[in-house]
Amino acid sequence: MHLAYPAVLSALLFCTGLYGVLARRNAILVLMSVELMLNAVNLNLVAFDVWLSKTARDTLHSGQALTLFTIAIAAAEIGIGLAIVLAVYRNRGTSDIDRLRDTAEGHETDGPDSDAPAAEKAEATA
Amino acid sequence: MSLAAAAPHGFLSPNGVEIAFLLVGLVTFGAALVTVTTRQLVHAALWLVVTLGGLAVEYLLLTAEFIAWVQVLIYVGSVVVLLLFGLMLTRAPIGRSPDADSGNRWAALAVALAAAAALVWVVVDAFRTTWIDLHGPAAGSTEVTGASLFQNWVLPFEALSVLLLAALVGAIVLSRKAKAETTGTPTVPDARRGRAEKEGAR
Repeated sequence: MHLAYPAVLSALLFCTGLYGVLARRNAILVLMSVELMLNAVNLNLVAFDVWLSKTARDTLHSGQALTLFTIAIAAAEIGIGLAIVLAVYRNRGTSDIDRLRDTAEGHETDGPDSDAPAAEKAEATA
Repeated sequence: MSLAAAAPHGFLSPNGVEIAFLLVGLVTFGAALVTVTTRQLVHAALWLVVTLGGLAVEYLLLTAEFIAWVQVLIYVGSVVVLLLFGLMLTRAPIGRSPDADSGNRWAALAVALAAAAALVWVVVDAFRTTWIDLHGPAAGSTEVTGASLFQNWVLPFEALSVLLLAALVGAIVLSRKAKAETTGTPTVPDARRGRAEKEGAR
């Protein structure tokens, strides 16, 4: 098989995930796009490991080992990410990352946005 | 045995492997595109299943069968279920939500297209004359992967188990309510009951 096929597919999947990370508004959809990017990297690692294991005599199978590590780290990342998203949703009442602008610089008029999360938080703690 | 390297010639001929890889790759890429563009949030998670399953088939075609089954188990089995749980717990709208994409989607599209053009050009130019030889024994059977993992990669493997434990503890700590807020209030039983109800609802 031509090595360019899996490489091009992984590049396209990576750019799809990149678009999703930049364009999505819901935090969970952003996490899905991050998963797409990680999977593109995994496909690259597997393809190059298969290629190297047939051309070189002794390999460490580092590509497949790194793929397994990436999958495990992605599982940990999705758990932590969802816990953070749920904590943000509980405190602020939204998982919309365009409205989480507390640390943003610039002329941000947080009139209605600063009142609503405070009310949500008071409601959540009561 | 894997699909491609069963016998001297395998289940699929080399051209057959290429054609199957291309078709499954098209399906995978299309499902990924739908995942990042659909306006229905639950459908995005379901199309993500198609994408990840297609990637598992690609791993099988590349004779990395252990990775393929790990992909099916962890991604399709648990990560997508976690994402669906997250969508439900944040009360995502079931139908079409008009504000699924933020306002900078055209800038995002430009960045993604530029990155795709650059990456595809570089990759095609670099590996124009390189072929993967899929004959012979499978490159990623469970025996080979396990031997290399436990001969050469033992220390990272153990470090990864510690990382998984830390992530588990971190997720538990993050997802419980802060104790100082609830027990500091004078109406402790009410707060506890509210918390118990909330945990039950969760």
